[in-house]
Amino acid sequence: MATHPGHPSVPDRSDGMMHGLDPAAEDRAQTAPAGAPSRGGTVADVLAELRGTLPDEALLTDPARLATYECDGLAAYRVTPGLVVLASTPEHVAATVRACARHAVPFVARGSGTGLSGGALPHAEGVLVVTSRLRTLHEVSAADQRAVVDPGVINLQVTKMATPEGYYFAPDPSSQQICSIGGNVAENSGGAHCLKYGFTTNHVLSLDIVTPDGDQVTLGTRAPDAPGYDLVGAFVGSEGTLGVATRATVRLVRLPQEVRTVLAGFAGTDEAGAATSAIIAAGIVPAAIEIMDALAIEAAEAAVSCGYPAGAGAVLVVELDGARHEVADEYAAVERICRQEGAFEFRMATDAAERAAIWKGRKSAFAAVGRISPDYIVQDGVVPRTALPEVLRQMTRISAEQGVRVANVFHAGDGNLHPLVLFDGSKAGETERAEAVSGMILDLCIEHGGSITGEHGVGSDKAKYMPRMFTDDDLDTMQLVRCAFDPHGIANPGKIYPTPRLCGERSGRRQGAHPLQEAGLGEVF
Amino acid sequence: MTLLDELADICAVREAGEADEVDGVAARVVARPASTSETSALMRACHERGVAVVVRGTGSKLTWGSPPTRLDLVLETGAMDELVEHAHGDLIATAQAGMPVRALAAALAGRHQQLLVDDPVGASTLGGMLAANVSGPRRMLPGAIRDLLIGVTMVRADGTVAKSGGKVVKNVAGYDLGKLLVGSYGTLGVITEATFRLHPVPPATRWVEAPVPAGRLTDTLGALVHSQLVPGALEVDRPAGEDTTTVAVLVTGTEGGVESRAAALYEMLPGAQLGDDLSWASHYPWQHRGSDTEHLALKLTTRLSGVPTLLAQAADAGVHMRGSAGVGVLYGSVPAADSTPETVAQLRETCTMLGGSLVVLDAPRASKETLDVWGPVHGLDLMRRVKHEFDPTGVLAPGRFVGGI
Ligand SMILES: Cc1cc2nc3c(=O)[nH]c(=O)nc-3n(C[C@H](O)[C@H](O)[C@H](O)COP(=O)(O)OP(=O)(O)OC[C@H]3O[C@@H](n4cnc5c(N)ncnc54)[C@H](O)[C@@H]3O)c2cc1C
Repeated sequence: MATHPGHPSVPDRSDGMMHGLDPAAEDRAQTAPAGAPSRGGTVADVLAELRGTLPDEALLTDPARLATYECDGLAAYRVTPGLVVLASTPEHVAATVRACARHAVPFVARGSGTGLSGGALPHAEGVLVVTSRLRTLHEVSAADQRAVVDPGVINLQVTKMATPEGYYFAPDPSSQQICSIGGNVAENSGGAHCLKYGFTTNHVLSLDIVTPDGDQVTLGTRAPDAPGYDLVGAFVGSEGTLGVATRATVRLVRLPQEVRTVLAGFAGTDEAGAATSAIIAAGIVPAAIEIMDALAIEAAEAAVSCGYPAGAGAVLVVELDGARHEVADEYAAVERICRQEGAFEFRMATDAAERAAIWKGRKSAFAAVGRISPDYIVQDGVVPRTALPEVLRQMTRISAEQGVRVANVFHAGDGNLHPLVLFDGSKAGETERAEAVSGMILDLCIEHGGSITGEHGVGSDKAKYMPRMFTDDDLDTMQLVRCAFDPHGIANPGKIYPTPRLCGERSGRRQGAHPLQEAGLGEVF
Repeated sequence: MTLLDELADICAVREAGEADEVDGVAARVVARPASTSETSALMRACHERGVAVVVRGTGSKLTWGSPPTRLDLVLETGAMDELVEHAHGDLIATAQAGMPVRALAAALAGRHQQLLVDDPVGASTLGGMLAANVSGPRRMLPGAIRDLLIGVTMVRADGTVAKSGGKVVKNVAGYDLGKLLVGSYGTLGVITEATFRLHPVPPATRWVEAPVPAGRLTDTLGALVHSQLVPGALEVDRPAGEDTTTVAVLVTGTEGGVESRAAALYEMLPGAQLGDDLSWASHYPWQHRGSDTEHLALKLTTRLSGVPTLLAQAADAGVHMRGSAGVGVLYGSVPAADSTPETVAQLRETCTMLGGSLVVLDAPRASKETLDVWGPVHGLDLMRRVKHEFDPTGVLAPGRFVGGI
């Protein structure tokens, strides 16, 4: 949990030549061993090995340029990487990871750097492998309903290329204009429409990966149900801790015949929440159901003048899509339910422009709170949908007790809350109070049988909360997968799990210091 | 002390009989733990003794895959057959692994909800369906069981109990162990409890079915998958040697919606018939045959556009094909006597060329010995490493899975 600056950091992707080589690094280069594994090496050893293999301009060592990669979308955590590699081919990635493996140097993959949990937070003594130059869209096949893309391809680009054929890529994070497919795969990203269409994990068939040993391996097939363990399923959502994805085969979904987006104004979130429950109880699975509370609406109005119903204590956005007749039937039911639950205004978008206007307020909500508060924390927690009213009431209580304003935007259909905790970091004590409130909200989610993250991932930020949701044995078991892929713990170490597992040990309990800690690698977080 | 005596304090146990063989391999003991904690104690004891364990639900798919290389104990999940929770407002259900899929369906029906899966085998338990990754026609929209599983409790080879996921649909905290367990044939752990995302039962359901000659198959299937009629299933059936494929499309939704979509499908499919139910699509092609002939049961996958090619080639090779043309997952049945390892190898080559794979799900013991059951597998080295981490001493279903895992 940490402050969000309002803009994700997207470092310059220019192909400019590198300046300011570290001369000491060049010296070390001469003495670096070639080939034989040498545990406990340094970034300089990796650099030495990569010189000559990778183009010079792919290796960034200039402190000023390294600094542009010091954080992802969660700017409160900053670490300047030891080396940045701008990979242009899977072979670049493999060569880099192989060198890291040989020298036991950690590496962190990075796509567009929009992650909100510090997943792409670099390692000071490690290598940041940036995949944003791997941005070829290899294939869009309507006949097979598949696209084959590089990891650096931007999410929205896939949909743009598929739309002329009548298809789209269903996972649609609000950051879709800038986030990468590799990042989506690593985070198992969702979006407003995952209520009906699922998350990234439901849309990836096959991945080419570079394992933490530096091997290039294809997982899965273009068809579903590849024989063997579902390693694609294990890799998606693993936050860069199992290797680097260098190519993905994803599902494309047919564009619906009809889309209707409705906006309903309510007195408050209780009424909007009741409408949500009633819609679900009526057997309707909308493409999306979103709620914004009064504070979030105020922010959105200030930022993008979205023209939501005046005086609304909450707005409900429902999108219905599918075959024409069904959508019309469901629309009638949704309107009836909303009015029954007290909607004082009910609008429907009839064309793409009106639909975009309705979504504009919702999709700009995170950035918009920047208009009403100097600083804010974007929280991401999940509760069972039926617990929403209770959890919202508790949040209101906490907010009042602590004197910290909380704006609420959430994927109501699946109980995924995005409370925006507002504060002014320049005032003494406010940051701490905001962080405390943010933590209490996660506790509420756990108490109600939910999750500490629905889509933003655990990353650096929430590793410490994992033991509140899972037992030591649960976490130990998950890390068996990690040990299979990354026995030396060099792939994005310190993320997800608060206590690294020593691979190869017999019991789950670790005794003494972890070798990575001894090597000084485990203590950054 | 015999193994039976040693385990008797832990849970219900009995001596194994002939009916407890797993694909022709005899076991010594059958154990029937009644809870996750009994399963844990049992596995710990087995692990300490190096006792090889195969998990059994109703035993309906125990001959799928390869026979175990070693077997001491059959762990039956039948005493763990309860619905733990049906949170209907959240469209979520948690059940024990030994619960029959059919029993879960009955329990959910009162609330007009369902776990949107098909069980062509007919007798599967939830655990068996997960472990063997069973699917049927209706996977076209919601995906297969991997896509509906949101939380799982497992017992590891050494008895450690672990959970992943949870009770909410949207959740990215930690690795998704459920994905690894689906289709793992009991080689990574014993699933004892699972939580699923549910769907409402739609008010109306209609099948539209038509015979499609070979010359029109590519265009017809292409038009159907590309249509905006949101088919809930797109099934094909083509007996060996036949030129004509039966194509069936399922539409579900509101009464009026289903009627209008069925009418549109009727236009697209000359000679179409309407029906409320379609019995052939809910059985694998090897299922309603005379019991005397022994068959190879094949699972063949292909990219969507490759379905017509695969159907044609399989029909020529004497294979009765059936399955989900809208997904690219098909099943084939061929009398063991009429097929050679080359038949399988050639079809496998076609599947691979079409972006898929071929697995011999089931076959008479003698055929399995001459066949490559699993075929080549991507990432086998990583899979071996995963197996080694979860089951370092190889007590869970040794030899049943890919690459001898
Ligand atoms: C304004 C805003 C709105 C957002 N809205 C949403 C939303 O609606 N839904 C949602 O789910 N998320 C949302 N996010 C979060 C973020 O955009 C997603 O997590 C996104 O998928 C990250 O993609 P990225 O390319 O920026 O990844 P990065 O931030 O660069 O990396 C994220 C993680 O992925 C790993 N990684 C990156 N590339 C690879 C690769 N090729 N192989 C292996 N690992 C890799 C990194 O190591 C890191 O752990 C939002 C972010 C912002 C700033």
